[in-house]
Amino acid sequence: MSTNDNSTSPRRRRVLQAAAASAALSGLGFPAIVRGQTGALKVGVLLPRSGVQGFIGQSCQKGADLAPGVIKEMLGVNVELMNADTESNVDVARTRAERLIQEGANVLVGPFDSGAAAAIAQVAEQRGVPFVINIAAAPQITEQGYRYVFRNFQTAGDIVRNGLDLIGDMFRSTNTVPRTAVFMHVNDTFGQAMAKGIAGILPQRTQLPFRIVDTISYDPAAKDLTVEVGKAKATRADFLLLVCRLNDSIILRREMVKQRWYPMGVVSPGSPGMYEEQFFKSLGKLSEYCVSNVPWYNPKAPLTAVVEKAFLKQNPKDRLVFHGLNVGFTFEAILITADAYRRAKSTDPKVLADAIRQTNIASKMMLGAPIRFNAKGQVEGIGSACIQNLNLSPTVVLPADAATAKPVFPAPDYKPA
Amino acid sequence: MNRRAAVLLGILAAALLALPAVASSYVLSVATLILFFAYAGQAWNVMMGFAGQLSLGHSLYVGVGAYAAAGLFFHFGVGPWAGVWLAIALCVALGAAIGLLAFRFGISGVYFALLTIAFAEFTRIGFDHIDWLGGPGGLFIKVAQREHLDLANLRGPPAMFYYLMLALTAAAFALCAWLLRSRAGYYWQAIREDEPAAQALGINTFRWKMLAVVISSAMTAVAGVFFAFYYNNLFPEQIFNIGRSIEIILGPVIGGVGTLFGPILGAAVLTILADAITELLAAAGIEIPGVKQVFYGIVLLAVVMFLPHGIWPAIARRLGLERRD
Amino acid sequence: MRARRVDPVNVANQVVAGVLTGLVYGLMALGLSVIFGVVRVVNFAHGEMMTIAMYATVVLFAALGLDPFLAIVPVALAFFAFGYALQSALINPFITRPEHSQFMLLVAVAIIMVNALLMFFGPSARSVQLDYLLESIELGPLLLDRGKLYGAIVACVTSGLLFAFFKFTRTGTAIRACADNYLGARVVGLNVKRYYAFTFGLGAACVAVAGCVMVLLVDVTPVLGPAYTLLAFVIVIVGGLGSMGGALLGGVLIGVSEALAGLLIAPSAKSMFSFALLILVLLFRPQGLLGKRA
Repeated sequence: MSTNDNSTSPRRRRVLQAAAASAALSGLGFPAIVRGQTGALKVGVLLPRSGVQGFIGQSCQKGADLAPGVIKEMLGVNVELMNADTESNVDVARTRAERLIQEGANVLVGPFDSGAAAAIAQVAEQRGVPFVINIAAAPQITEQGYRYVFRNFQTAGDIVRNGLDLIGDMFRSTNTVPRTAVFMHVNDTFGQAMAKGIAGILPQRTQLPFRIVDTISYDPAAKDLTVEVGKAKATRADFLLLVCRLNDSIILRREMVKQRWYPMGVVSPGSPGMYEEQFFKSLGKLSEYCVSNVPWYNPKAPLTAVVEKAFLKQNPKDRLVFHGLNVGFTFEAILITADAYRRAKSTDPKVLADAIRQTNIASKMMLGAPIRFNAKGQVEGIGSACIQNLNLSPTVVLPADAATAKPVFPAPDYKPA
Repeated sequence: MNRRAAVLLGILAAALLALPAVASSYVLSVATLILFFAYAGQAWNVMMGFAGQLSLGHSLYVGVGAYAAAGLFFHFGVGPWAGVWLAIALCVALGAAIGLLAFRFGISGVYFALLTIAFAEFTRIGFDHIDWLGGPGGLFIKVAQREHLDLANLRGPPAMFYYLMLALTAAAFALCAWLLRSRAGYYWQAIREDEPAAQALGINTFRWKMLAVVISSAMTAVAGVFFAFYYNNLFPEQIFNIGRSIEIILGPVIGGVGTLFGPILGAAVLTILADAITELLAAAGIEIPGVKQVFYGIVLLAVVMFLPHGIWPAIARRLGLERRD
Repeated sequence: MRARRVDPVNVANQVVAGVLTGLVYGLMALGLSVIFGVVRVVNFAHGEMMTIAMYATVVLFAALGLDPFLAIVPVALAFFAFGYALQSALINPFITRPEHSQFMLLVAVAIIMVNALLMFFGPSARSVQLDYLLESIELGPLLLDRGKLYGAIVACVTSGLLFAFFKFTRTGTAIRACADNYLGARVVGLNVKRYYAFTFGLGAACVAVAGCVMVLLVDVTPVLGPAYTLLAFVIVIVGGLGSMGGALLGGVLIGVSEALAGLLIAPSAKSMFSFALLILVLLFRPQGLLGKRA
């Protein structure tokens, strides 16, 4: 688990006392002497480390844990993490956010889940503390007119658009022309947003050669997907377009083998699951050739190498490639706050928020345009990559300039229906 | 109630009224949460503690109430003070339907509890498919500027929500106190103690049980409306969740089922306990996920085993607050 | 959802799969039926107990390479002891307490179990990787999932054994007596509390068997429990309390109805049918399809 908090507890108390003293002095009209560059930026990290989202929250936490060290070297700025567990519960997320602010957090970062993000956003806006969202796809969060909420992640609509474009690129670069696809999606917040996005966007993308012959939505909690796979197989579609989560992606893939269904490929326009470590561990060779089109880190970016080194130092038995999305965006969220702090030279939340609004980070880790927030607090131009499972590892195969291998489509075990 | 109880209640009321002036925003948010569960627990208590019907699907009413008011606001701009009536109407209808089905067919005890769970789960999955109310993607109410007090639309600072919840809880407390002393209260006690005997005495048990169910569901509907406008987003997965139903009953069961003050005390104790464990673990430097919930579960277990009637009766005895009846 | 001509082979496959899955669900519910039917305690930690059994199987497989079907014996024995102890120590005093107290007790136990698992095993899923689990047996045009087939066989065997136990052994008869008439049993001198503990142990052992089988079909995570608890209750109520055949029948009904609902309507709503079925059974035949009127 994280090693930061134990060692900074006494330090935190000293800084808190100093902050309290300065607050008292400010109350008397004296300038805030103790605040400033030499102090540390206190970043409240809200993630679901227990409960149903515990797995993903802990993955994101790894990105947070390595951030202070890397940022100190890169920017010469001290970042102090204040970790809180949202327990996959909206009520807890809200009260934890309040608690962190009370304990002196200058900025908040997190929380992976859209429901929690909405709750924390309200607290942040109310208290005037900047909140940088690492991962949450519900578009409404940045449509509320908030001044203190920022998101460095794609909205569901962007994910779909980028994903479909990449799928088109993949077909072109492998010279394949699949005509039909069966669309399966998990019926939760994420899946439904994606389904709507696809229904809206696909008809406009006339350069995509396929049409969707059937749409099958399934319960995210279902442990048995026999019926769903049976239905999908019966459509005799060329390939499977899939929006899933980790657990159901594993069940689905196994069920496909049991029902002897071998389509051209399993392609996700943008969803978790098929590039995660558990997918490889549970399925072994069966995980090969599955494709996910998701925001990803640029394997050739200099910052990626730095982060990877720090990651391996803290997690020697793990590999960055299995946590790419979670670690990358969580790290970047903290990087954004530290960068703003460096420019603002103050931990005053309002000043920090203004500084965050002026962010322009070109040297980043995740694919896409430099980090800049639009008027709604949303970063535009975050890129996606086509990730294919090759040799038991998620591999970037598109876009070509970030690729480390070529895409394989259709899959070698393809049996026409 | 006796003199001592009245004095203590007065002091508590004064403290609660003054809280926003002295407490931090964090304490206020925790207090609002406590009051929410105190209120919802009080509503549930009417059905269980007064009429003896175990409902494990109360999240149904919270959810339907919330969606009714939120839907009206989102699609038609109807404010919550009007929307709450639709919420109450719908939940009363639902509660009545469940009560009717259950009591006419003679379902009680564990079977009734399972029936309520089934209805809640059925509704949860159902709402996942109602796109007009956002479906699984959730229903987001537009959050306007929170500095200005807009009581008509329930837009405002946290203190407003706190006072609103405080008023609701106080009203629920008063209502339940009045109910207990009324004829309904006596009939409910008779039904709770020995239903066949009550029937033999000529009490129309069906009517009084229905009354309890309907009052309980109506009260819970209001909690749902509050929830919708406090959190401003609703997901079927979260609001109809059986976990929420369990959260609602934790307060009264720990505090004391059937008592007036039990649900309030239970909600307070549990919320503070949860936070205290988190703080203690953080101070000790333990960050292993799951540890906090294990401690929480152990405390729950201990209370259930050693204080079978809940915490409040034991404390009331100690403080000499018992009513002489 | 477009209307389409439904392929009969596909439907047949799904129905058969539904039956097999249903039998495995029934196996899972057997333990609950036994406990609920006799001790009349609502075991809301049922799913969590099965999760622990699944983890035990995974650990045995990882450490000793023990095939889950062979692991059934040691795990079931261990769970028998655990169930016996749990009933004697914790639950016996609660039999006379009101339902909400029992419920709260087991909810607390469930919370402790789930989070203890989270602490020890972490949140990531574990599974048993065996090659034969991915194979399907061909039976004409039908494809039978091997894992489910073996699981269904285990379900039938276990339920047969249980039935024989209750009908033909002395202990079994005594337990039935306690269930049918608590006061009468005590009058004739049966140590009811001990029989309750025995029954809980037996029910726990069934849960263990179910866990060993379930781990072949589903990856285990700490939070798996609650969904299965609910499913087990639906099956037991539908099939009938205390009836072995009822549990299996209930399971099959749920399995097939979910398959058909998923096939013909919308897979994401298939669980709604299970709950609708539960409501209907509760209203019109509360003792369940094969249960006796209480």
